[in-house]
Amino acid sequence: MEIAIKEQILAVVTEYPEKVQGNFGIFITKNDQETQHLALLLSRILKAMVHDLENGVYIIVKH
Amino acid sequence: MDKYSQIILLGIATGIAARIFMLRNDYRSYPSYPHGYVTHISLGIIAAALGSIAIPALLEKEFTAVTFLVLAAQQFRDIRNMERETLSKLENYNMVPRGFDYIEGIAKTFEARNYLVILVSLVSTGTAVLFNIWIGIFAGIFTIFISGFLMRGDFVKDIAIVKIGKLHFEKSLLMVDNIVIMNIGLEDSKKKILSEGIGLIIHPKNDNARATLNNLGQRQAILHDVSVLVGSKLETGEPDWTPLMRKDIDTGKLALYILPNEKDVECVIQAVYQTPILESAVQKPLESKIGRKAAD
Repeated sequence: MEIAIKEQILAVVTEYPEKVQGNFGIFITKNDQETQHLALLLSRILKAMVHDLENGVYIIVKH
Repeated sequence: MDKYSQIILLGIATGIAARIFMLRNDYRSYPSYPHGYVTHISLGIIAAALGSIAIPALLEKEFTAVTFLVLAAQQFRDIRNMERETLSKLENYNMVPRGFDYIEGIAKTFEARNYLVILVSLVSTGTAVLFNIWIGIFAGIFTIFISGFLMRGDFVKDIAIVKIGKLHFEKSLLMVDNIVIMNIGLEDSKKKILSEGIGLIIHPKNDNARATLNNLGQRQAILHDVSVLVGSKLETGEPDWTPLMRKDIDTGKLALYILPNEKDVECVIQAVYQTPILESAVQKPLESKIGRKAAD
């Protein structure tokens, strides 16, 4: 049986660490390009989806 | 030869013919494998045999034989369980799942088809006993077609109109016209969706249709059928391509988003139209006074 954490923030990717607080993996990047790439990698690894919070913070959530 | 053997054979033959007629292998691709056919035809033979002996047994005053029909009903209920179980197990590995409502619909249909076989056999043996064997054959064939006609349910084309919608992004939100589908974060995904995705708007024709299409099982059935017919680029671990349907809460119209293998809008629209309406999803608020009053 496959067990996965769903509907929860698995990781956060952002250039702005001051905007995020919490008990999950926060990946801090240097620019937008790196953010996009890291978000893509994480989404593929976690089989999850990248959501844009429109303030420079991207979250990875499995649905 | 016994006076009833010809009639019983006729009943069995028309019953089996009915089962084969109803065992169509269409795009739903179920059952698509030879073993599935064997199972259903064998059960069809049993159903046909039961239907055929009922009337001769009654005429011979063998009333206990008729009670076997009760046993048969129990037997055929198991078919529904069998279908439900198989399809539910396969569901985990379906890219776009059928949904439990669709499975229940399919399972129910398989059960009902065996009862129809019994009916066809009953009618043909009954008329053969009453009149002659030729009329029996004719009545059997007639019942097969009538049952085929009666068992054909509605399709989306009967209750809704499908139009092309404009697929676009408002910042990170994927939208079809004014209906939000989902939030997409990756820029590459956005570009791909805009160039290859298709957005449709499904307008229900009336409030009955609106209530029916509101059912999540019905929506999943539409998505499943569309992805089977035109193909979906959805891949495991890449949820951005998941086909989705969302409702405009004010008007009840539905937006459909899919990333098909071929960007052929007309085919996708036809695929939506061809989706059957699930029995479990059908709702008819307009049949009631309150519903009619609320609708205007």
